[in-house]
Amino acid sequence: MKSAERGRAGAPTGGAPTGGAPAGGAPARRAQAGLAKSPGRGTTARAARATLVAAVLLLIALAVGVSVGPAGLSLPDVAGALLTRLPWHPHMGVPAIDTDIVWQIRLPRVVLGALVGAMLAGGGAAYQGVFRNPLADPYLLGVAAGGGLGATIVIVAGGSPALLPPAAFLGAAGAVALTYLLGSGAGRPQGAGGGIGGATGSILLAGVAVAALLTAVQTYLQQQHSQTLQAVYSWILGGLSLATWSDVTLILPYVIVAAGILLAHRRLLDVLRIGETEAGSLGVDVARLRLAVVMAATLGTAAAVSVSGLIGFVGIIVPHTVRLTAGASYRIVLPVSMIGGAAFLVLADVLARTVQSPDEVPIGVITALAGAPFFLFILHSRKARQELA
Amino acid sequence: MISFDRVGVRYGTAQALAEVSEQVPAGQWLGVIGRNGTGKSTLLRAAARLVGHEGTITIGGQPTARMSRRTLARLVAYVPQLPELPPDMTTLDYVLLGRTPHIGYLRTETQLDREICAGLLDRMDLAPMAGRTLGTLSGGELQRAVLARALAQDAPVLLLDEPTSALDLGRRVAALELVDELRRERSLTVLSVVHDLTLAGQFADRLLLLDDGRVAVTGDPASVLRDDVLARHFGAALHVLITPEGERVVVSSRSAVRPGAARPAESSPGGFRPPGPAR
Repeated sequence: MKSAERGRAGAPTGGAPTGGAPAGGAPARRAQAGLAKSPGRGTTARAARATLVAAVLLLIALAVGVSVGPAGLSLPDVAGALLTRLPWHPHMGVPAIDTDIVWQIRLPRVVLGALVGAMLAGGGAAYQGVFRNPLADPYLLGVAAGGGLGATIVIVAGGSPALLPPAAFLGAAGAVALTYLLGSGAGRPQGAGGGIGGATGSILLAGVAVAALLTAVQTYLQQQHSQTLQAVYSWILGGLSLATWSDVTLILPYVIVAAGILLAHRRLLDVLRIGETEAGSLGVDVARLRLAVVMAATLGTAAAVSVSGLIGFVGIIVPHTVRLTAGASYRIVLPVSMIGGAAFLVLADVLARTVQSPDEVPIGVITALAGAPFFLFILHSRKARQELA
Repeated sequence: MISFDRVGVRYGTAQALAEVSEQVPAGQWLGVIGRNGTGKSTLLRAAARLVGHEGTITIGGQPTARMSRRTLARLVAYVPQLPELPPDMTTLDYVLLGRTPHIGYLRTETQLDREICAGLLDRMDLAPMAGRTLGTLSGGELQRAVLARALAQDAPVLLLDEPTSALDLGRRVAALELVDELRRERSLTVLSVVHDLTLAGQFADRLLLLDDGRVAVTGDPASVLRDDVLARHFGAALHVLITPEGERVVVSSRSAVRPGAARPAESSPGGFRPPGPAR
């Protein structure tokens, strides 16, 4: 894939901010008598601090993302170009072409990367919480297989590229709906399994079955139309090279709604950490909680997949890094994963477009290259912790 | 305060519990005893509505079946046999989970919730552990943390499913003493599964002996802890001794046991009796 910076200039700008950043917790209020002198800090304070660190990281990632590119603009050029489109700005004398490169090519790509990264990492964290499974990722229930099938159908049928996002979105959301229908109804004999949330296992199994089925159909279609192999393959590996502001405005509502719903459930996901039975005895409707979280995570990741393809590992690497470094409470894991995921994907995309410039390495390759060693690291630290216990 | 009327539970086709009727007045302690697999835990799970049940369970006259889960969680606190204790969760965060039924669906806890939990940690001698993670607490401290979480629910009925099985005997007694103190302080109604029959008799006001999912015997400890009753329903050579203070001590014996400090229960004139035929 050739980078298409020069010469691509699109529609007027929308100027969208990055999504997913919560306002952060209240300033450390651990004034409870008798607790203030305890060595541990309150989780609220830790969440606020970790959110702040992640936000700084994201700002740095955004700055790097906008500054780096094959056009070789200097930092003052980039800064000037950025300022030029603001409503009140000093006269900068930046060439129009540079302004367009920054505003029409780099900025939408960086912003889209941030939204997609936030959604994949937040979706992964939410799935890990609701399924109480550390290896759950946002593609667990069929988002990847369904999105891939939707995109493949459009490519194979020779549909316009504009149809790719809606088709991938429908495929992804449809696959999860199918998984849920099959999984939450089946495999639950009357009264057995404790009446509460006995469905988790069967939903996961249904997800495996649905993903296998849709992947089989997708592979068959792909093989039957081998002339489209390249296009299908590059979509599946994922990438942000064709990002425009319209992609950003397309997924922004989904990202905002999904991130809002997930963040609102962060305390309930903490309740779920003590198990479905005990959460039920504390008055939590586990089935409703699971449905709300799965729906939000699915909408968000399906929207992300529809514009970026299947970018892997973000949903696992980022939440686990947050757990290991900042804390395992979902008040920390959810917001910090979203912001950190945004930063991670923006930086991964910078690598994707620079290591082999002017060619682009698929971003899925970069995230996977970072992901595989990370899995080993997680495995190792888990073993170490168990040996200590 | 809590009453069971012909309560039954089915797991698939297996009838785990049948026709259980019992009333526990407010502030009383009911000990649920019986062999493994006779439905003791199932009875508590039915009371917390963690399994579906036949018959009626009422709390303060209200049938639990018609309550919302949240309402029920404000009336009944349940401590399972093996509570799940995330090792990286802080003690304060863990106890705060108990406030869930008092916190709106998507809300977070208020300063009041924090104060209630800080007070409970204080009461349980856990205040210095508030910021420590559960993985660093000892068995006895974990036990108290679990109790604190249950008390944070502010529910008048406390269900304890063999709460002390992992503790040594001294800590087990201490934990039950604590439950007893809390029961008096807060006039809690306590239903607990206790495997140690001696402790069950010492702490409970009444005992409910389940056998094969049905109520075999119910009554005060003196009427339930008898050689013949235990032999019939436990199928083992158990022997009830009575201390000079009148407390009943249940011991297993491979031969007759006659410690000098205790005399055989008056209810078993023949002394040690072999168990009835195994069921």
